Amino acid sequence: MLRLAPWLIISLLVGPILAGLAMAVLPAFGYLPALGGEAASLAPWQALFAQPGLARSVAISFASGLVTTAISLAVVLLFLAGASGSRLDRWIRRMISPLLSIPHAAAAFGLAFLIAPSGLLARLVSPELTGWERPPDALVVNDPWGLALMAGLIIKEIPFLLLMSLAALHQLDAERRVAMARSLGYRPAIAWLKVVVPSLYPLIRLPVFAVIAYASSVVDVAMILGPTLPPTLAVSILTWFNDPDLSRRFMASAGALLQFGVTAAALASWWGLECLVRRLGRGWVTGGQRRRGERVLRLAGKALILLAAGTALVGIAGLALNSLAGFWRFPDALPQAFTWQHWQRALPSLGGPVTATLMIATVSTLLALGLSLAALENEQRSGRHPAQGRLTSALTLLYLPLIVPQIAFLFGLVVVMEALGTRPTTWLVIFGHLLFVLPYVFLSLSEAYRRFDPRWTRVALTLGATPNGAFWRVRLPMLLAPLLTAMAVGLAVSIGQYLPTLLLGAGRVTTVTTEAVALAAGGNRRLIGVWALVQASLPLVGFLIAVGLPRLLWSNRRGMRGTP
Amino acid sequence: MTDPCLELDLIFDKVHIALHGRTLLALDARIAPGEVLTVMGPSGSGKSTLLAFTAGFLATTFEATGQVRLAERDITALPAERRGIGLLFQDPLLFPHLSVAGNLRFGLPSATPDKAARVEAALSAIGLAGFGERDPSTLSGGQQARVALMRLLLSAPSAVLLDEPFSKLDTALRHEMRELVFDRLREAGLPSLLVTHDHADAAAAGGRIITLE
Repeated sequence: MLRLAPWLIISLLVGPILAGLAMAVLPAFGYLPALGGEAASLAPWQALFAQPGLARSVAISFASGLVTTAISLAVVLLFLAGASGSRLDRWIRRMISPLLSIPHAAAAFGLAFLIAPSGLLARLVSPELTGWERPPDALVVNDPWGLALMAGLIIKEIPFLLLMSLAALHQLDAERRVAMARSLGYRPAIAWLKVVVPSLYPLIRLPVFAVIAYASSVVDVAMILGPTLPPTLAVSILTWFNDPDLSRRFMASAGALLQFGVTAAALASWWGLECLVRRLGRGWVTGGQRRRGERVLRLAGKALILLAAGTALVGIAGLALNSLAGFWRFPDALPQAFTWQHWQRALPSLGGPVTATLMIATVSTLLALGLSLAALENEQRSGRHPAQGRLTSALTLLYLPLIVPQIAFLFGLVVVMEALGTRPTTWLVIFGHLLFVLPYVFLSLSEAYRRFDPRWTRVALTLGATPNGAFWRVRLPMLLAPLLTAMAVGLAVSIGQYLPTLLLGAGRVTTVTTEAVALAAGGNRRLIGVWALVQASLPLVGFLIAVGLPRLLWSNRRGMRGTP
Repeated sequence: MTDPCLELDLIFDKVHIALHGRTLLALDARIAPGEVLTVMGPSGSGKSTLLAFTAGFLATTFEATGQVRLAERDITALPAERRGIGLLFQDPLLFPHLSVAGNLRFGLPSATPDKAARVEAALSAIGLAGFGERDPSTLSGGQQARVALMRLLLSAPSAVLLDEPFSKLDTALRHEMRELVFDRLREAGLPSLLVTHDHADAAAAGGRIITLE
């Protein structure tokens, strides 16, 4: 049974993606009998390229992938180089999980409320500094260059890359390396960049690729913060796909393939940049400069991460403020009155989506957890270690759903499901979520699982426990904390999913995320505040349990505090 | 409890372990009940490989031939939990999520009648009466080592492997634990294999000594 788990995981992840991509290719070349397309043709592509503003959409999607990733990665590396061991370092490490748990859509709304012409920032400095008595007529959110979109993504990708880096740093013994370089006269931040980063980067390369793919093809954040005329490529594709004129689906499929190409091009360009940086970096690492610019690097690392974390947190506070605001004249920093009215009005319609969200998140997370545990336990029992050849490739496949743009294969998957006669149900949505929850749960759990001292299991076995007994009575309870963290990550990933819910549920399965994003077009800030805050607090509950439950259970077990 | 006619020796019959074609160790030995055979050798001499092989944890990359027999059973191919071989590590490795009593109960076979009384008696026997509900991490190093030994004995093994069990204790404690462990093993009439690089351990064990190169 256990032996099947890795294969089950791989086929579960790879099968739907390949099927989905295949079913995007066929309609893109005119073949989709259900809609009357029976002969191969290039018409969908001609229609696609005739769309006004397509080049701009493509350019922004491509740039968003590269710029977001470059800035997020730079901030993370500068912070790690400049702040290791400081108070800020400890605070940020504690904030990672809550920051990571904020769904993309909620963070995007928070940013929008902050930087909009009538947002919190403008209110704080008006009219004293700006002289504005009325909100200026500037397109800050939804700007045509996609800068707001990139900013929103950067806020969210920084905690992700930081978490991945911290996990990888466990293997590197960074402190000793830095100590060695410092004894040779290098300032700490320079030392870190010169002796740790070159070994760290290869370990976080796949997460970096995932960020590029995500940022170049994201839909929900782009609908909230992205440009509108024209929108990003992914948003355009969604519009065409949902067009009442079903024949536009051919063009949407061609668009999905184009998106696949854009993301691939962004990845390829990044790869080119990697080569360039490696070349230039080699000279710098051994060039002998030990001190120059250290203070600037140090300051930049601290300031930028504070800016990013602060923006995210103030954004959430802004959501809360808006959800409680009564009458709020423009330059006033605070509303004149507070009211529960928006919450009371939203309450009746919140129940259904919240229940659906939690149900989908719980089931998909438990499925992912079961599969991950089975695969990891199999790995331990067969004594096959991930570094030894075969499983490295399997691990790479885990990243497939994170690197192939969602929009490129989900449409195809919908077509496959329609062809199989499957009706859009909650189960189909759960299956869709599982594709994205599973990799994160596995990645989150695998590190603690593989680092777990094998002697514990050996003690249990030599005391006569069966392998299953050792798993349930020793390994599982001892790994409770990382297990709950993996669950919280899974719940957060599922709660934040927009596109899989929308497409596989055919609009009939509503979650807080689909509801909140749907409100974006309306622009009712009070209502958005309520929904986005609910969306942001659901995953937080998971993380609170993950932190609190082990403390409660092991209050009388000193050896269980701070283990794996 | 045991049939006196049954031969209870731990036997290494032409055991030979190699890695990538290179011989690591060869052993042909018989350990009688109550006897401690000491295997000595510098690190890298294959001591831990011998233990892993005997306990059933040898990685598949090693090529092992020969037989290990215990109480007239060939255990070479059995899974670790069915070999009846107990293992005492360098660290006590008390399960941190269980109480002291919970750790001892983990050792007891599931069909044992009146477990609570057995656990209480075991605690008294090592001078830790009333420590049952304590968190193992609040015990001193010596107390933890004693609980680990008792847990091993409660699991009623047919033979015991000792993996440098005293190397992490301070000098005074080391002396005391040596005496306790070897007395208990003799008393229980268990064939034991001690792996160490400390000559004092070997002397205290009082049995034959085999040196690996």
